[in-house]
This record gives sequence, structure tokens and C-alpha cells, in this order.
Amino acid sequence: MSELAWIDLALSSARPQAMGALLRYFRDLDLAEEAFQEACLRAVKTWPDKGPPRDAVAWLIFVGRNSGIDHLRKRARQQPLPPEEMLSDLDDVEGDLAERLDGSHYRDDILRLMFVCCHPDLPATQQIALALRIVSGLSVRQIGRAFLVSEAAMEQRITRAKAKIAAAGLPFETPDAVSRAERLGVVAAMIYLVFNEGYSAGEPQRAEAPFCAEAIRLARLLLRLFPSEPEIMGLTALLLLQHSRLQARFDADGQIVLLEDQDRSLWDQRMIREALALIDKALRHRAPGPYQIQAAIAALHARAPQAEETDWAEIDLLYQSLERLQPSPVVTLNRAVAVSRLQGPEAALALIEPLAERLSGYFYFHGLKGGLLKQLGRAREAHTAFERAITLATSPAEAAHIRQHLDSLARDMAADAG
Amino acid sequence: MLYAVLCYNSEEAVAAWSREEEDKVMSDLAAVEKKYAAAGKLGPVARLMPTTAATTLRKAAGDSLVIDGPFAETKEQFLGFFLIDIETLDEAIVFAKELAVANPGVGAYEIRPLRVFKPGGPLEPM
Repeated sequence: MSELAWIDLALSSARPQAMGALLRYFRDLDLAEEAFQEACLRAVKTWPDKGPPRDAVAWLIFVGRNSGIDHLRKRARQQPLPPEEMLSDLDDVEGDLAERLDGSHYRDDILRLMFVCCHPDLPATQQIALALRIVSGLSVRQIGRAFLVSEAAMEQRITRAKAKIAAAGLPFETPDAVSRAERLGVVAAMIYLVFNEGYSAGEPQRAEAPFCAEAIRLARLLLRLFPSEPEIMGLTALLLLQHSRLQARFDADGQIVLLEDQDRSLWDQRMIREALALIDKALRHRAPGPYQIQAAIAALHARAPQAEETDWAEIDLLYQSLERLQPSPVVTLNRAVAVSRLQGPEAALALIEPLAERLSGYFYFHGLKGGLLKQLGRAREAHTAFERAITLATSPAEAAHIRQHLDSLARDMAADAG
Repeated sequence: MLYAVLCYNSEEAVAAWSREEEDKVMSDLAAVEKKYAAAGKLGPVARLMPTTAATTLRKAAGDSLVIDGPFAETKEQFLGFFLIDIETLDEAIVFAKELAVANPGVGAYEIRPLRVFKPGGPLEPM
């Protein structure tokens, strides 16, 4: 690995912890970011000559803190800057570092850093953008591309999101057990959003910004901080299982390949095994939660050597427990797929029809409805459902997939007419 | 004489490898392994899953303590390992508990699933 690549990696691994500590000092996201940026610049300048510090995170926090204080002074114009030589004299930074990185402290720092990105007033896309910017350190340009907006527009969005957070006041008290658990739940949901953004995006976007891999990195980070949280084990397992199918989910033309049609030899068995190990760990806690259940469902798919061997009965049961734990029309919609395998399309249709109103703007609802109607030979109604789905598609790949259904329906109808 | 060569690296850096980078590293390592395997000098090779997949059994008077996560103390040193082929983590914990009963006192057993395993050639016991 080249020197620069090594430094880059060290900086990005250190980022959440260093940013978390700087945010705690300065209580200001912008200032913390500037301070971290400055520390990174110094690192790139000094590390190649002097060699990497023993503790990169501590070094970055110390240098960042000095730079931030310097910045505040400059802003206040209280006194002239100390000479550059003094500021740069960082030889013994770690030796007298007041900030000892003991576990309890930095855990809450990182959690807070992630948590501030999840303010409830921020729409999901802004939470995602902010987390990728602040916690992961992706460039505004990269994030903008993934959301198909210009760098300037994304910059503006992030600035607005930050202003909203600042206005609402940052949560600086050390959380008690209850609020820590709440924060953890909110952050887990944000990580899931980041993953989904990458998962549903088409090929070009995925190449541009590796949201899925980034979400997995954040989930692992969270699990290292909170090693005994079964839901975080579940979340990490779920993301790994979904991501394990990456190579099989699209064909050479970028078209979606459905789970049942995927070439299972392309599934990443190492990710699957890691996920299964995490599920095993989570199970020992006997505290099921939505992520664990979803991971267990994904695991049943992963365990089936062929689509025909999928344990739909168990999947149905798991969705039922998910419905009890976290009732939502989307969960019922997913269960309908299992029901259609177990009891046929009619039963599945009966299950989803009551959801029509609540899911009227949901792509998958109309896609599944169309598919079930098609199986029942109700071509005209299927056509209507697919037409509706195609207007709700969120990516070209989704639209193309529905287009295929419409084409095959048209062929069937033409054959019937002839 | 048998030697164990233990691998240390930044877990996060390794996790950040792309598929291509990972394949490259693994095949470069395999080339070295091959040479020693051909000479009948290579035993088992294993790569562990990340520490997030680990569970640790901390020895204690009475029943040992099961803790999520890797062994994180610095007072004790890495002294040896067992490789077992079982179905579930629970079985692995039972095994580790039996070990703890057989060898009570201080210390811990970290239970970590394997990511890669190559059995290697048979070597002379010692």
C-alpha cells in the first residue's frame, strides 16, 4: 500500500472517534469539521516524514483541538496567533495527552456524532447525506452524485440540515441508559436508511458512492462500541445478508434479477457466514427485535441452496412475529409473498387488498399486486397495477423490470385475442 | 519444531478492501503457502471473522462469564488455541466451559468463527 493510501485509511478509520471528541469540545458541527480537516492536513504533511503516531486518533484530536481553539481566537480577534513553529511542535503530543481514550467516553462521543445526524425534523435523505458527510467523511460531490443532484445543491442541503440541527440544540449531556438505548435505536435506523439508499440505487450510483459498504462499516463500528446489543448484531447481519447478493441482483444489462431467479453461486458466502455467526450470537440474548427477525428471514433465503428449497412456512411465521412487534403495511406486504407461496396468489391478494389505501404510493405494492393478478389470469387488472407501479419506480432498473411484466402481459393478451 | 505464525492487522483496513484487493492478497499469500505445502511443511491456515463476531468466556470462580465481543485485556497473553467443528455458538460455549472447568483459574477463551480454513498437510504431533 502506498504511503498516501495508508494515511488516507488511517484518517478515515479515525474520523468517527476524532470528530466525536471534537464535537464534544466545540459543541459546533462546523467548527469540529474544520478542526478535523485541519488536523488531517497536518497529518498528511507531517506523518510521511516523522512516521505515523502511535495513536492516530489521539493525535488528530489533540491537533484538531488546538486548531479549533486557534480558529476561535482568530474569530474573536482577541490576540495574535502564536507562531507557526509553536503550533507545529507536536513531537510529544501523545505523551502528555490529557484526553485519554478510555472506552466509556468515546463510545458516547461516536454515538452522539451519529445521533445528531438523525434529527427527527430532518427528512430521511438529509439524514443520510449528513451521516455520510459528517461520520463517514464522503465528499459532498460523491454524495450529490449518488442523489443525482449537483455538488452545489448538495452543499446547500447539508448546510441547511446543519443549521436545523444547530437551531434545535445539540444533545451534550452524557446519556443515561434509557436515552442511550433510544439513541442507539435512532442511529440503527439511520444506518439502515443509508444501506437502503445504496441497495435500491442502480448500478452507476452504486459504483459512485459505496453506500452499502459504508452502512456495513458503520454497523460494525456501532457493534464494536455496543458489543452486547442483539439488535445491532441483527442489523449488521441483515445488511451483510442483503449485501451478499450484490453480484447476483443485476444482470449484465443492469436489469433487476429477482431473488428466486438469482444465480446463488454468486452470493458471497463469507458475508453470509459472518451474518449467520452474528445471528447466532444475537439469539443467545433471547430478546428478539425487528432487525433480528428480518435478519433471520434473510438467513432463511441465504440457507436455501435453491429457490425451491426456501422455507416459506418459517418465513411466514417470522413475518407474523414482525407484524406483532412492529405492525406496518409494508411488513404485511412482505408476508404476502410468503403466503402466495404457501397458499397461492388468491390468499396473498386477500391479505394485501386492505393495504391498498395506505400503500397507494408504494412501488412494491403495485408490483406485487400486478404479479399476483397476473398469476390469477386477471390480465387487465394486472396491467393497471403494473402501469401504476411503473409511475412509482424509483430507479430505471425498477421501471425496466415492470416494463418486462407489461410486455409479457401484452404478449399473453395478444395470444388470447388471436 | 512447529511454529505458529499469528497475523495482526487493522481489522477496519482489511474490511475496507475491495473484492479485487482481497482476492489479490489472498492469492499472493496462497503462493507462499503453496511453496511450503509442497515441502510438506505447512499445517492448517485459518483466517478469522471480525472481532464483532467473537464471544468471550471469562473464567471465574463458579460459573464462567460469557461476554459479547473479543478478548480485550492486556494483562494476559495469547497462549494457544483449539479448532472445533460444531453447529452452533452454544456448542462452542459448552466446549469452552468444559475447558474452563478442566483448567480453572484466571484467563479467558475467546470464541471466534473462521472465515477461511485450509486444513494443510498432516504434521508430526509433539
